[in-house]
Amino acid sequence: MAGVIARRARKQRVFRWTVLIVLGVFFLLPLAAMVEFSTRDPETWPALVNWPSLSEKYPALAEGITASLLQAGFTALLMLVLLVPTAVWVRLRLPRLRRLVEFLCLLPLTIPAIVLVVGLAPVYAWVTYFFGGSSLTLVFAYTVLVFPYAYRAIDAGLSAIDVKTLAEAARSLGAGWATVMWRVVLPNIRSAVLSAAFLTVALVLGEFTIASLLNRTNLQVAINFLGKSSATMSVAVSLTALLLAFVLLLLLSLLGGRRRNSVPVAPGAPVVPPAPKESAA
Amino acid sequence: MTGVAVQLKGLRRTFGAVHALDNLDLSIEPGEFIALLGPSGCGKTTALRVLAGLEDADSGQVLVGGKDVTALPANRRDMGMVFQAYSLFPHLTALANVSFGLSLRGRGKSLARAKDMLELVGIGAFADRYPHQLSGGQQQRVALARALAIEPSVLLLDEPLSALDAKVRVQLRDEIRRIQTEVGTTTLFVTHDQEEALAVADRVGVMRAGKLEQLAAPADIYLTPATPFVAEFVGLSNRLPGTVVGNKVEVLGTRLPLLSPASSVSVTALVRPESVSVSPDESGEGRVLTTSFLGPISKITVTVGDLLVVAQVATDRLATLAPGTPVRVTLAPNPVALA
Repeated sequence: MAGVIARRARKQRVFRWTVLIVLGVFFLLPLAAMVEFSTRDPETWPALVNWPSLSEKYPALAEGITASLLQAGFTALLMLVLLVPTAVWVRLRLPRLRRLVEFLCLLPLTIPAIVLVVGLAPVYAWVTYFFGGSSLTLVFAYTVLVFPYAYRAIDAGLSAIDVKTLAEAARSLGAGWATVMWRVVLPNIRSAVLSAAFLTVALVLGEFTIASLLNRTNLQVAINFLGKSSATMSVAVSLTALLLAFVLLLLLSLLGGRRRNSVPVAPGAPVVPPAPKESAA
Repeated sequence: MTGVAVQLKGLRRTFGAVHALDNLDLSIEPGEFIALLGPSGCGKTTALRVLAGLEDADSGQVLVGGKDVTALPANRRDMGMVFQAYSLFPHLTALANVSFGLSLRGRGKSLARAKDMLELVGIGAFADRYPHQLSGGQQQRVALARALAIEPSVLLLDEPLSALDAKVRVQLRDEIRRIQTEVGTTTLFVTHDQEEALAVADRVGVMRAGKLEQLAAPADIYLTPATPFVAEFVGLSNRLPGTVVGNKVEVLGTRLPLLSPASSVSVTALVRPESVSVSPDESGEGRVLTTSFLGPISKITVTVGDLLVVAQVATDRLATLAPGTPVRVTLAPNPVALA
């Protein structure tokens, strides 16, 4: 009997490691190849970390990096400004609309990027008319694009607290709506807001289709362009962008974990546990 | 400090087809402690939320200290509120929760006052704890301190004890009364627990379907209920068939005075268990069905013919009233209401 159990355990262990190794090779091999390829020219990495020389040697790339970082920052900001008050308001005042808002926010996920661009092109004719042709105008399209992920994250954060009661308590204590949002709701959904922001940044840094088809520039467009002239540099930048997104997602999951574990229990105090809800998407 | 008078005038509020408030009038004297009591859905919480400004009335007026506040938003009504659900801000310590309202008012020494308030509700030692480190009872104490810290003109309590266990509930209930007497704030307390309402309030308002059925001192509500609904809702009552004879009603062979004139001859009288006495008697018509021990007073159910009668007896008499014992049932001549 004991032999059977031991054999089964060993089989499972072998299976687990096999899966892990296969997947690891699948993911890591291309990365290793990228590292190998990008280090063939010894000047690639030093040039990438030296911003003045980079912007001098590869002006389009530098412009792409700046554009992508600005797009990521502004998209995260616009997304938060639009979504947080909306999600809170829907929960407080229009609970019947919750399904509808969720559906609308998830909609971009179901539409292929190419179809989005076809729809966006005439809209962007107007955007260009009003705001000019700056690549920063992509922020509008990206904000729509990140709604599905960001909404899920924020909504999960809001489900973990009793927004209605907290808001009413703050109101009865004399707080206006701005104070309620800033001092009561936001501090309690901080990790959800950070999740949404990180997801947004990761998504925007990796976006290519819309930027390319709307003739704007960003990191991915620049990398694609660079690939034609300086292959090693373009691979090095891709790798950096990939690692950055990886670090962001890692931070995000650490954040979720810390939130779960950050409930110290005082000895002797009977604890009413807060509703255990995950904040990460 | 003395409280202010509160008046609700002709409040109406409908949710779809439901009349949560149906022309509700209520006057609260300065410093008075009023409890609104009623079954769930009777509109008592809606009344409190309209007073707090958290809900709009369809029509009617809310006057606080003679001033019309109907159009004022909740944050400018100057009312302290304690909620049924734990409503402390999870990211703030007990002390920071209590000083939240004070800091909004930009008052100096808000921390000192917050500390005093925590002392007043008896948990000064837990000032630095976060809500999740406090028990339910402690959380509601902090919530009470937070509501009182802003020196509100009116204190609103929305079933603040219903999530607590029985012992803490009684303790905190008595303490709420002590503190309210101490600070003298006009208070509206909403509850579905009649014992709670009768124990703490100066006057109890019994609500039904958005209307106030009776507003009176606890003893009056219990002893002279204005309507059959109040009689049935407050306290336990036996529903016993009776025959009206003049201005009395004959129930189980005893003539009892009526609280209100009867409209027919065959009626159902509502008789309190403590008005029923039971004694062992071989020739009695009744049989003891069940007994339940409730401390110094116990409850006993007796069958008389096909009627079920609930009576209260001193627990030391239970020994002589085992189930199956033949008994005689008599009624004390207390005034009764008719259903």
